[in-house]
Amino acid sequence: MNYSATVKGKSFDFRDLRTLLAKASPRRAADELAGLAAVSEVERAVAQQVLADVPLRQFIEEPLIAPELDEVSRLILDQHDAVAFTPIANLSVGEFRDWLLTEDSDLAAISAGLMPEMAAAVSKIMRNQDLIAVARRYRVVTRFRNTIGLPGRLSTRLQPNHPTDDARGIAASILDGLLYGSGDAVIGINPATDNLDNVYTLLNLLDEIIVKHQIPTQSCVLAHVTTSMELMQRGAPVDLVFQSIAGTEAANRSFGIDLAMLQDAKAMAEALGRGSVGQQLMYFETGQGSALSANAHHGIDAQTCEARAYAVAREFNPLLVNTVVGFIGPEYLYDGKQIIRAGLEDHFCGKLLCVPMGCDICYTNHAEADQNDMDTLLTLLGVAGCNFIMGIPGADDVMLAYQSTSFHDALYLRQVLGLRPAPEFEAWLERMGIFDERNRLADARNAAPLLGNFHGLPKA
Amino acid sequence: MTDPWFTLRQFTQARIAQGRAGCSLPTSALLDFQLAHASARDAVHQVWDIAGFAGGVEQLGLEPMILATPVVSREQYLQRPDLGRRLAQSSRELLATRANQTIDLALIVSNGLSSTAVDEHGLALLHTVVAAYAEHGLRMGPICLVANGRVALADEIGAMLNARLVVIIVGERPGLSAADSLGMYLTYSPKPGNTDAERNCISNIRPPTGLSFKAAAIKLAYLSEQALRCGFSGVALKDDMPERLTEIGDVALQKCKLGSESAL
Repeated sequence: MNYSATVKGKSFDFRDLRTLLAKASPRRAADELAGLAAVSEVERAVAQQVLADVPLRQFIEEPLIAPELDEVSRLILDQHDAVAFTPIANLSVGEFRDWLLTEDSDLAAISAGLMPEMAAAVSKIMRNQDLIAVARRYRVVTRFRNTIGLPGRLSTRLQPNHPTDDARGIAASILDGLLYGSGDAVIGINPATDNLDNVYTLLNLLDEIIVKHQIPTQSCVLAHVTTSMELMQRGAPVDLVFQSIAGTEAANRSFGIDLAMLQDAKAMAEALGRGSVGQQLMYFETGQGSALSANAHHGIDAQTCEARAYAVAREFNPLLVNTVVGFIGPEYLYDGKQIIRAGLEDHFCGKLLCVPMGCDICYTNHAEADQNDMDTLLTLLGVAGCNFIMGIPGADDVMLAYQSTSFHDALYLRQVLGLRPAPEFEAWLERMGIFDERNRLADARNAAPLLGNFHGLPKA
Repeated sequence: MTDPWFTLRQFTQARIAQGRAGCSLPTSALLDFQLAHASARDAVHQVWDIAGFAGGVEQLGLEPMILATPVVSREQYLQRPDLGRRLAQSSRELLATRANQTIDLALIVSNGLSSTAVDEHGLALLHTVVAAYAEHGLRMGPICLVANGRVALADEIGAMLNARLVVIIVGERPGLSAADSLGMYLTYSPKPGNTDAERNCISNIRPPTGLSFKAAAIKLAYLSEQALRCGFSGVALKDDMPERLTEIGDVALQKCKLGSESAL
């Protein structure tokens, strides 16, 4: 297919579909670093016009990476459901945008017919409000020990990291988070080291807390999938299996994984049967720029690579998928504007591909961003119906040295948008005297039984 | 204003038990955060007075050599890490004048992602490191000073100086709790194209709370000696330094992952 246009007497030629996608991408540092970005605003706008006229079918006929070279590409083609694709099969990218924005279009019906590149393509010609409006209409609900993603609900990952994995320090942050109503998506620790004994100790700590206080939530230590597999064999209490994933086989290889390994890990964890209301137990993290940083992007722009990672995610029916949007640094997403845009794109594409999207709304100190930008993205994602966000004491992760969202931030979002925790967790919070029946912190929570008998800590 | 479980702060630097004003942070906690972030931001964006630093190097009795990368601004430095990994042409020509000698060790200092760290600790660390190397009798080249450098810049400089080992002292990405942390990266047989797996890292050098200059210098000299003896550096080089020599080395090694992520 020919991708070209003449605008005001000037002609623009785009070599192939992936070049066109990259040139049509809203501006971001990663694509500029990779040398893929439009060289002018006009080139970008023209690329978007050309992209809008591309038939969706073209993405089936012109794979961005040859399937024989890349197992993610093979997976995407295998996943594609021609029947589900039928209602949109004759649309162009631009017509697909119009279709999505129509109030009565049935997103759930076409999701299995969507390839990630189609979702990425249409996102590139959508404004922020379009990304929000479409994502808001669609919920992806998942279950393990509670129900995440229901309408009117917002969950949080309680992230109690500590620079040396000190058990008391981690327990202190967990207690703080629970007393602020955080932790229904997962209580998830990024370990300081992937050392087996260390991770085993942390898994036991989390399991004891959850069992002792009968908290309807799940735990995770975000170690490499091979570490989790080894520990499951040793009998460790693994609720969720974590792994960072990306949108190309080569990038996944740089993470030390492939699809078969993820399948093995999932089967192993399912055999443990630790869920109560469901058995969705994979927890994936992603982020624009990961394929580029692994030098494994195949000339594909960062956002399209990211959408392809969701095709990997959906293959494993995950409980949680988290785009860690600003962690990677300013050479990928330079400022608050780029981080906000990327967060909305990721959430939108994930939803379209039927992935339970959450977002680590975050930035590093060398990015041109601050907590006000996080407030903006937090509010927008709340409106867009994001499944979960992070809860970190004071938004300051003292292990990973970056800033995200705090327990307080989640309370803010609950208050301004009327969003409640997962129903099972909400009932627990009320039972424990932490929340009142109006979705607010209870006045009596300082007398909460949790505080009096929290395992391993001296009484306050 | 804080919560009754504030005493648990003894177990973690995390911002727990901050209390609340409605759903938000109390004013003092909010402003504490803003100040910490401001310190980190200033550390990233502050201009490094490299001439002043060179004067300090001379006062230590060492020879400074000021080099440059093609980076033209701090903004560009942050967006183009590839430019921070190579030398400007003028600097290549300057180094070429030194190409006829062979040295054991090339030492480089760059502000990296924290000018504050280099300003506050750079000279003292350099002094301690040079003293530790002197005990081992290693031949050193000039002290190369480069603004806006990344870790891999050391490969090109080390290669041009015919150094067997190269060490770069670099300002680490500031966190909220520490904006003044230095890291040191050691590479054996430096040449453009070295991978990160071929480097050893000593991170979180930031007395009095982080690693002390002395502990860092002892560790570096030990790793250097091992690298020269084994003929390689990086993940393959086991850090089996006797315990009595370490101070809080474990903490430093643990944080390497983060340090490398931010400065590379």
